[in-house]
Amino acid sequence: MHGIIGFGGYVPYRRLDLSTVADVAGGGGRKGTRSVASFDEDATTMAVEAARVARRRSPDVPVESVWFATVAPPYLDKTNATVVQAALRLPEETGAYDLVGSVRGAMGALRAAAAQSGPSLAVAADVRTGLAGGPDEAYFGDGAAALILGAGDQGAVLAELGPWVSVSGEFVDRWRVPGEQRSRVWEERFGEVRYGELGAEALGRLWKAGGIGPDEVDHLIVTGTHGRACRAVAQRAKVPAERLVDDLASAVGNTGAAHPFLVLTDLLERAEPGRTIVLLVLADGAEALVLRTTAALASARPSSATVAAQVAGGGAVSYGRYLSWRGILPVEPPRRPEPARTSSAAAGRSVPWKFGFEGSRSPDGSVHLPPLPDEGQLESMAEHRGTVTTFTIDKLSYTPSPPMVFAVVDFDGGGRLPVELTDADAAEVQVGDRVEMTFRRLSTADGIHNYFWKARPCRGGDD
Amino acid sequence: MGSHGITDKVAIVGMACTKFGEHWNLGTDELLLQAVEGAFASAGVGRADVDAYWLGTAQSGMSGLLLSRPLRVRDKPVTRVENFCASGSEALRQAAYAVSSGAYDVAMAVGVEKMKDSGFQGANAFPIPSDGTNRTVTAAAMYSMIVPAYAKRYGVEVDDVKQALARVASKNHANGARNERAQFRKEMSVEQLLGMPRIAGELSVFDCAGVADGAAAAVVVRAEDAHEYTQTPLYVKALSFVVGDGSGVSDPDYDFTTFPEVVLSAQDAYRQAGLTDPRTQLAMAEVHDCFTPTELVLMEDLGFCARGTAWKEELAGSFELDGDLPVNPDGGLKSFGHPVGASGLRMMFEAWLQLRGEAPEERRISTYGKRNLALTHNLGGYPGEMVSFVSILGTEGPRD
Repeated sequence: MHGIIGFGGYVPYRRLDLSTVADVAGGGGRKGTRSVASFDEDATTMAVEAARVARRRSPDVPVESVWFATVAPPYLDKTNATVVQAALRLPEETGAYDLVGSVRGAMGALRAAAAQSGPSLAVAADVRTGLAGGPDEAYFGDGAAALILGAGDQGAVLAELGPWVSVSGEFVDRWRVPGEQRSRVWEERFGEVRYGELGAEALGRLWKAGGIGPDEVDHLIVTGTHGRACRAVAQRAKVPAERLVDDLASAVGNTGAAHPFLVLTDLLERAEPGRTIVLLVLADGAEALVLRTTAALASARPSSATVAAQVAGGGAVSYGRYLSWRGILPVEPPRRPEPARTSSAAAGRSVPWKFGFEGSRSPDGSVHLPPLPDEGQLESMAEHRGTVTTFTIDKLSYTPSPPMVFAVVDFDGGGRLPVELTDADAAEVQVGDRVEMTFRRLSTADGIHNYFWKARPCRGGDD
Repeated sequence: MGSHGITDKVAIVGMACTKFGEHWNLGTDELLLQAVEGAFASAGVGRADVDAYWLGTAQSGMSGLLLSRPLRVRDKPVTRVENFCASGSEALRQAAYAVSSGAYDVAMAVGVEKMKDSGFQGANAFPIPSDGTNRTVTAAAMYSMIVPAYAKRYGVEVDDVKQALARVASKNHANGARNERAQFRKEMSVEQLLGMPRIAGELSVFDCAGVADGAAAAVVVRAEDAHEYTQTPLYVKALSFVVGDGSGVSDPDYDFTTFPEVVLSAQDAYRQAGLTDPRTQLAMAEVHDCFTPTELVLMEDLGFCARGTAWKEELAGSFELDGDLPVNPDGGLKSFGHPVGASGLRMMFEAWLQLRGEAPEERRISTYGKRNLALTHNLGGYPGEMVSFVSILGTEGPRD
């Protein structure tokens, strides 16, 4: 039986208090918060982080393909999923593919992953912005989630995939011109009515295909591109209200292509075995599918890095800094030379170190970061935690979000790296702090993104 | 096998150093010509008398053409050398070896750097194509890590270390105020220095070397020929250069309170020169005070005082002009700024002036007339990955 054999979510650390928006933008905002990708994050880095959570929980699953969906791809022409593949240290024979540009693409990624014979990773991530003071700014959030699909002989199936109904609907309700940060929407009632019809149609077909009715559904997830339509369809689905799954709207916001996976991951992290889940995604039609949690889910219950823990654990970012991170408020750059573009040839030789964070362990046990060219065994340090031995706050160095906090990190099991700290408040860093590695975008020059690793404070409980 | 040195085989017979500063109206050509022609005049030679040139510059130009072109030398070897911030010292080292080998009779070492043409404050490395994983932190931030590490290792309050660092800066500014070639000629009190805003760790702008343009040059000959050029040559007693393997930045045992490359180059130099107690045998030292904590650590690494005591020695004024071992009597990188390729030769120029009694009285070292050896120390890189040069120069030659 095919199903979900691994899952993990990623909610970036920063939260924007949306009640602070109107004072600056003259309107907009709402109660509650939205998640905010840091200045050094993009859809690809967040996809890596979510996939790392999933892989950490199912380390032995030999993932054979990667299907990456996002509406905010860092690259066009060039595949983004290969970055995910390299950062996860998946072998080069792994297939890695993008489904880029639309929210609905995530369901295509899930479908593609589920259709493979070997274990496959469906991962979706988005940075969702909108213009200052607009409704999308408050509706959206940033995040990622990863689902590993496979059969029972490839890893314990945690949620079986049941019937799946697709209804495609060609109409223009929400759209974005390539290159623009802002989505455009048709008047709200049009989408609400159309999605109401499509949602009802898809659920009707699903009940028939699955031989179940709404009262047998333990958890109903409805997400999509039209918040009001999603709420209306959920309410009219005849599933008891207490079985409607919280869509993270108040704390995180709608994370675009990532959102169906993120809400599902959050649910799987706390759902009981033997439960029936219906996932309905309203995006240019409707995708509806049934999942049934298995007994194995109880023993796979994660103790750390849950979506709920990440949602609860955020730290504030001011509205001004949020606007500058997204490029909406251009701030004066540091008066230092901007980083040079990364050499594609050098980076290509350096994939194990640059993407896989592999150092070398010498025969005497010492670990070298970066690896020595002629000695020792390569060993990834990405999952090793470390301790801040000393640090400094650098107000001179080029960073889009000064000051740079730079720490000397000693890793558990050996090895030292002087490395930038991220998701850290400069005033709170202390010698002895515990840190973990996170995959980030250091800079971009000539359109080439410089991906590498930084350290961040361990917040999900240490070890 | 071994590092034998060339003690008393080579002498400096002429030196010159430009004023260091923001030379908006002088380019690399003009700075080079000032230094080279000054050194010619100092040694009483002309360009036809110099058989070979070594030019140290980190990134103001490439190849010997950087010097041969403005100097209009068309029939001599001119070699550009680069070894980070010790490039000027490296040029002198190569020139000294060349004459001691007998390959040339007269060689010149020149150092130059045009720092102020970049359009950015501070020193900025020329970008070499890379995989993008290099550290992005500034040198100031790297050296700032010394402060808490030193305080922790020796159980000293950070505020006491900061007092000592302010004394380093105020000492060097006081010396620089008495030096017409210095970039900054204003005295700074400890109170003023401690009140400056921090830019990296505990360091303020005034804990950092200035950024200046400048050039310096030296004419070297075999020791036995020295008196043909001057009655007061400076003899090369030791030249040591040690380059670490960069492992300190990734070695969990490295603690940011010492520079092993400096310790090794100092030991090598003392052995070459036969020094057993540098604190009492040296008349002065010019050291690489790129940041104030660097000078603090150097006092210990160069063996001028015991581990964990440099901060007290600084507070006691041991290394001031009237202390028992004056350090950076010319004002150091602190008040001269740091035109990378020139600094190593600028340090030797101060030894040239002080040991030969040519330094003006208001900054004459306390040891003048009592001791006749000077040390110059020039480093490049960062704590944990460094190149280190130590020279010992003296007025007493093999025939004396």
